[in-house]
Amino acid sequence: MTERPYPPCSDDRSEHIINALQQARESSTPVYIKGGGSKQHLIGRSCNYTVLDVGGHRGIIDYQPEELVITARAGTPLVDIIVALEDEGQILSFEPPVFNGAATLGGTLACNLSGPARPWGGSIRDMVLGVKLINGKCEQLNFGGKVIKNVAGYDVPRLQAGALGTLGVLCEVSLKVLPRPDKTLTLCYDMSAQEAVQHMNQQAGQPKPLSGAFWLNGQLHMRLSGTTSAVNSTVTQWGGEIMANDEALWRQLREMTLPFFDDAGALWRFSLQSSAKVRIDFGTTLIDWCGAQRWVHGDHSGEALQQAAVEAGGHVSLFRSGDRNAEVRSPLNSVEQHLQQRLKKAFDPDGILNPGRLYSWL
Amino acid sequence: MDCIIAEAESQRPFECDALTLYSDLPLLVVLPETVEQVQSVLRICHQLSVPVVARGAGTGLSAGAMPHPEGILLCLSKLDRILDIDVLARTARVQPGVSNLRISEAAAHHRLYYAPDPSSQIACTIGGNVSENSGGVHCLKYGLTVHNILSLDVLTVAGEKLTIGSMGLDSPGYDLMALLTGSEGLLGIITEVTVRLLPLPERAQVIMAGFDSVSKAGDAVGAIIAAGIIPAGLEMMDRLAVQAAEDFAQAGYPKEAAAILLCEVDGTAEEVAQHTQEIASLFEQHAATSVTISRDEAQRALLWKGRKAAFPAIGRLSPDYYCMDGTIPRSQLSFVLSEIYRLSEQYALPVANVFHAGDGNLHPLIMFNASDTTAIHRAEEFGAKILELSVSVGGCITGEHGVGVEKLCQMTSQFSTEELLQLEDIKYAFDPALNLNPGKGIPILKRCQEYRALPARHQHD
Repeated sequence: MTERPYPPCSDDRSEHIINALQQARESSTPVYIKGGGSKQHLIGRSCNYTVLDVGGHRGIIDYQPEELVITARAGTPLVDIIVALEDEGQILSFEPPVFNGAATLGGTLACNLSGPARPWGGSIRDMVLGVKLINGKCEQLNFGGKVIKNVAGYDVPRLQAGALGTLGVLCEVSLKVLPRPDKTLTLCYDMSAQEAVQHMNQQAGQPKPLSGAFWLNGQLHMRLSGTTSAVNSTVTQWGGEIMANDEALWRQLREMTLPFFDDAGALWRFSLQSSAKVRIDFGTTLIDWCGAQRWVHGDHSGEALQQAAVEAGGHVSLFRSGDRNAEVRSPLNSVEQHLQQRLKKAFDPDGILNPGRLYSWL
Repeated sequence: MDCIIAEAESQRPFECDALTLYSDLPLLVVLPETVEQVQSVLRICHQLSVPVVARGAGTGLSAGAMPHPEGILLCLSKLDRILDIDVLARTARVQPGVSNLRISEAAAHHRLYYAPDPSSQIACTIGGNVSENSGGVHCLKYGLTVHNILSLDVLTVAGEKLTIGSMGLDSPGYDLMALLTGSEGLLGIITEVTVRLLPLPERAQVIMAGFDSVSKAGDAVGAIIAAGIIPAGLEMMDRLAVQAAEDFAQAGYPKEAAAILLCEVDGTAEEVAQHTQEIASLFEQHAATSVTISRDEAQRALLWKGRKAAFPAIGRLSPDYYCMDGTIPRSQLSFVLSEIYRLSEQYALPVANVFHAGDGNLHPLIMFNASDTTAIHRAEEFGAKILELSVSVGGCITGEHGVGVEKLCQMTSQFSTEELLQLEDIKYAFDPALNLNPGKGIPILKRCQEYRALPARHQHD
């Protein structure tokens, strides 16, 4: 069972948030939106604005297990949600990091953070069904809903994923949830990174209940989740060494607490075509998401990393540490940059919501 | 010229999409053969401020591809090449005019397929699927178009090239993939799509059950989900739909049932065997009057054939029908269906219900005769009531068919003025002169203050 660090509480602070935003707008002073603070020094650029604390706006509002939908205020700690789902045999299929219990639902959506199950279980971007948000004009707006299919209007809920709060302060989020698989088991194989990328992609092309594929230090780990019969028969067909206590390994990978992540220096995240060939000139690499997410450390030139990312069909970002006053993610071409700026203005004409957090020009 | 159609008579095949109630003729139909030609058309239209309406195969059901009388109908059906299939990465790069089914056919000998499968998949194009965020019968388990595409090449209204998304699983900056998918041709013109392919399941099986009441069938749907099973497909049909489909397809449906459920499970052989047994016994527990398990692929195909033929089957019963697309929370199913039956009596129009039960997406088919003008208006009013009902129980006005022209008025029952203005500001960010598919998708309040008071839905005499 997931530990609940404190009893869950419920508090509607939307009025307070609207008031704070109105003040910010009148005085033209941007705010830095803070939930649990677990990702304050990750992912985005440094911002030194007045903190708008939204962590108090919390509580599960509606959970109907048979509808596969949960709705909670954005400041709700993820662990509260995970525990509530566990009681009904359900899970967040995107397996988000909870960061010592501090991670909130809203922060996870704003950062679009997903764990090792991402290629199969989807991302929070894939699972979000609806949001209530307050835009930069201090209007409280609802988009999407609590139903699984909804194509009325533009997909504003998914647009919030990865926007780092720059388009609106998230107030409520509805998510699709899924049943917990009966059985989970991990297979290990000794192989090089190059072989591992080939192998994990080949296996992912087979109709088997794969739910995790990561490689580090010469070892490939393949996780299977599904009905007991399906997992067992796949083990028989695939072979490999069955790992004991595998849950701890996947938890450490998800929470970024593996020794690999101990290095306090610059941590870079590549998002690439899963089958992209491995480059060896950036030092030790952790390969996750069946090859689609790769991590490296060190003070590399951003341009060299950027070029490698483009060649591999993706992009790179400075996830942690390094120079966070410079740009921390791949540049966009001028056409897209212009569109993104116009989109930001459409939600936040006065630029009061986390300006510069995503890009210096946004 | 093959690529430009100016004469009214030759334009007739393009005057509407599959919602034939709404039709019009454009200034010109253009059928470009290259992306550069598309770009030229957009640049000229941008200079002259001429509206541009994109169209694929015209299978849409909300008049999203209805031509604009002062605009260009940009038909992308000739851009129909599959450019690349990457077997190891499990992706396919295709032009927008490729039909949905062709992607799966091309991937099949690699044991891969493209998951979203709208009923029109034999004809509908991937470009249209992206524009409408199409679903299908398998989306509870495999998601909508938005979950199954990685990257898009797009031309802006000014004809500027843009590649959004990436070959990875996310992209830097705002998620324009999410915004463009389902945007009904209002934000840009799609010129290339990279889709994700999935491994073909080892096995699939259909369990069909008949029930003597709609509410028992609805309870059985909830029970499957509660048991922790996510079926690949879970469809419901009510009596009229069952009878029509059975007469048309001889699929072996129990015609005496008040409702049937078609439940498909797929996965590894072991998983399918286990879930099939569990679901069959859940159906028994919920007082199913009959339970049939598909013996082989032929019977599975036959059971689906009836469902997939439901729309044309209704077409044999009635000269015209009007297909609605509201979604509701599953728990509201019995209530909503009983209200639909009540409205059916009130408007004196029969209705057959086909329902993606797994994801709460209703398709009531209202039968009427279009040669009777009062019947058209009754059908439209009946349809509007169903959509308002869907919103009132916590659902929405469209699950997969889009807003188009058809549901513009109902947008005001789902969204507040501030919300509609926010959607409008998104539109302006991409298309300041409102030249891409104007008059569709979202009501433009700044242009037209009267939407909320709009009495008739649209002229189409």
